[in-house]
Amino acid sequence: MDARKENEPTSRKNRTTVERKSERELVVTRTFNAPARIVFEAWTKPELLKRWWAPKSMDMSLLTCEVDARAGGRYRFVFGFAHDASQTMAFFGKYLEVTPHSRLVWTNDEQGEGKESITTVTFEEKEGKTLLVMREVHPSKESLDDLAAGEATHETFDQLDELLVTLGQSGPHAAAAPTPGACS
Amino acid sequence: MVQYSRARLDTSFSAISDATRRGVLERLGRADASITDLAETFHMTLTGMKKHVGVLERAGLVTTEKIGRVRTCKLGPRRLEDESAWIERYRQLWAARFDELDEVVEELNRKEKIDGRKKRE
Repeated sequence: MDARKENEPTSRKNRTTVERKSERELVVTRTFNAPARIVFEAWTKPELLKRWWAPKSMDMSLLTCEVDARAGGRYRFVFGFAHDASQTMAFFGKYLEVTPHSRLVWTNDEQGEGKESITTVTFEEKEGKTLLVMREVHPSKESLDDLAAGEATHETFDQLDELLVTLGQSGPHAAAAPTPGACS
Repeated sequence: MVQYSRARLDTSFSAISDATRRGVLERLGRADASITDLAETFHMTLTGMKKHVGVLERAGLVTTEKIGRVRTCKLGPRRLEDESAWIERYRQLWAARFDELDEVVEELNRKEKIDGRKKRE
């Protein structure tokens, strides 16, 4: 008898969770059925990152994937969209910390100077499995709200909604420019 | 695709067409407040502020709750829906990435085991 609910993950797949921990902070977690050194390798080698960072099901392809995973090294991803080849999005920044098999810290610089967000990924191994925790800290509440508003308006919401979201969440400042943060 | 009826659009438009009501949304974005607080902040009578809050409430932008003698206003469900919908889409993006990462990781794991066996042989 298979009474599994539709929205539950299939038996093999582990659950991904996303939680807004505070006004400026977003946390993503996931467990992988492999030791930390293997998961870490897949996060730091460009030839491996290329294979999973632009999921096929999301209609994206990775055009550029430059990664210099060491403290002070830079990364640059450029995405293309299957439905519109003329549209691309770039994500770039700098690694602040690279501690093999346990910790990665990088900045996201595409919002401009002084508006960098910082992402910390930790890899915690337990009995051959790895718990991955990714913590994104944005420079301000507005920065994370804008990201949410930009994403929410993408394709589905019209301009009125953009205005309502902006007004409702962060006061009457100018409506957010579309932010490509969903892939950061 | 989120659909909106004309009636709902009209309600939303008229709710935010007023400067005081936009100010109230901004104020509630920072913290919840009572109608009395809002009336004071915007130099209005209690009755006038109640009217504005009523318009925002009907548009789903504000909710109010009466505790004792005080009616507290906060941002309404529209905002929460927007945020949770976004977080769910963000989760789906990462879930899709991680499902593909599973395959990469499994392959590396297999390779390591085979290489390990070869070394021992």
